[in-house]
Amino acid sequence: MQFGIFSVGDVTPDPTTGRTPTERDRIKAMVAIALKAEEVGLDVFATGEHHNPPFVPSSPTTMLGYIAARTERLVLSTSTTLITTNDPVKIAEDFAMLQHLADGRMDLMTGRGNTGPVYPWFGKDIRQGINLAVENYALLHRLWREDVVTWEGKFRTPLQGFTSTPRPLDGVPPFVWHGSIRSPEIAEQAAYYGDGFFHNNIFWPADHTKRMVELYRSRYAHYGHGTAEQAIVGLGGQVFMRKNSQDAVREFRPYFDNAPVYGHGPSLEDFTEQTPLTVGSPQQVIEKTLAFREYAGDYQRQLFLMDHAGLPLKTVLEQLDLLGEEVVPVLREEFAARRPAGVPDAPTHASLLARKGTEEVSTV
Amino acid sequence: MRLVVVSAGLSVPSSTRLLGDRLAASVRARVEAAGAAGAVGATGAASAADAVEAAGVTVEVVELRALAVEIAHHLTNGFPGRALSAAIDAVTSADGLIVVTPVFSASYSGLFKSFFDVIEKDALAGLPVLIAATGGTARHSLVLEHALRPLFAYLRAVVAPTGVYAASEDWGAQGLDGRIARAAGELAALMAGRPAARAAQPEVVPFAEQLAALRPAG
Repeated sequence: MQFGIFSVGDVTPDPTTGRTPTERDRIKAMVAIALKAEEVGLDVFATGEHHNPPFVPSSPTTMLGYIAARTERLVLSTSTTLITTNDPVKIAEDFAMLQHLADGRMDLMTGRGNTGPVYPWFGKDIRQGINLAVENYALLHRLWREDVVTWEGKFRTPLQGFTSTPRPLDGVPPFVWHGSIRSPEIAEQAAYYGDGFFHNNIFWPADHTKRMVELYRSRYAHYGHGTAEQAIVGLGGQVFMRKNSQDAVREFRPYFDNAPVYGHGPSLEDFTEQTPLTVGSPQQVIEKTLAFREYAGDYQRQLFLMDHAGLPLKTVLEQLDLLGEEVVPVLREEFAARRPAGVPDAPTHASLLARKGTEEVSTV
Repeated sequence: MRLVVVSAGLSVPSSTRLLGDRLAASVRARVEAAGAAGAVGATGAASAADAVEAAGVTVEVVELRALAVEIAHHLTNGFPGRALSAAIDAVTSADGLIVVTPVFSASYSGLFKSFFDVIEKDALAGLPVLIAATGGTARHSLVLEHALRPLFAYLRAVVAPTGVYAASEDWGAQGLDGRIARAAGELAALMAGRPAARAAQPEVVPFAEQLAALRPAG
């Protein structure tokens, strides 16, 4: 099982000091956080993609390429790559380039984004959101698997004899997770291709996450990629920890109360009870995270949101120390002990390359 | 059958709730009477009492006042708290719905609108709805036609032709009973004429169909 972090990349004032980081501060902080993730033994760093303030990460592959050069083990990913408004041809090229530079240590998560005006800003129609995700991904899928593509669709100009370069590393297309919170069509899409499905459950009650994941699992089995238990599932989470749980609550409360997303709404206590948010000791985080498998089944990737709500970089790095030293080693052991045989790990470049080798041998 | 009343009255006791209760009692009596008559005629049930039992109507009242904070949190967070979630389930699985709002600033109250704002937009499609409102003066009575009816038309509910408006003065005058009876009769008829259960929608469109729909013609 993979453990990692995902960043939205928001520039948010620290409510306890009133200080707002500059864009440069925030971009550099994201890089520092990614490097720290590798240092403390996490497996994955994923960045969001946004095209409006107060968010900085508009160019994920630029950032991930830079991080790739400064890390050795970390898998670099996105949360999410906008499959609706980006040209699928450019996604194919950008991420294949990243794949070569990172020696295969990458994958990506496609999504539709959360900001309506991004569609018109990129010349698209939001009412076609699902259709754009369907058509664009179908093209992306072909561009990474066929050397010469002739294609015609509804949303971009046709392609005649087009070759996307560079070709995927070792002829292995990057693994794709499809991220969706509410749309069954996207769970269906992920299942159809046998790709991963990531449910960003951080603002949602467990029963909603359960329904979406069960739909994906049953359709994954329907399309013959394996059993429902073998489907590739990822979940989000968000935590704030101190050794002593009262200290965690006291320190995090002003950030919670003023956070752009859930601030000025329900109490910290109500929110932690209903959603995956955990504010407390490392042991509490372990217990709550282990419980995810009770409604989502045994899953492959757990990403935590750690750098949000205006938390200063120093605090985030301390949080990553706790996550890497006290939480994730226990979670690795406990999840492994509970996982039945036959539930696969998250695909990596190495595992996909090995599978490709087996398939080629068996078809000879 | 399940009849649900949504009341946006804020005071206790509330004339909005009172109107909702009067309407519910009237609808219930009519549905049960019609059910009993139909059952006796059709199946020769042992007694009219058994038939009433078979055609029984349960009434559930959703008081929005108690849900005000959860409704506000749902607007900012995107998911309902437990009590609100139960209320939404009750409304969306009802066989008939009575909605009653006080008139605030020439329209339904903000709380009333916010409750329907957090319900999925297709969840009330085909549901028989009786619209009602209360106010201090009869000058606001067209709020039923100018505010409530378009809202429920947008939600593709089936709105009974008669809406009931009760001004303060109506509680001490003749006429309200007759309007309640007429509206209740209409809602009872809509509930009786409704297919037993809405056909279950397939959970998801198979991907191949989704993809094929995008293939350029020719």
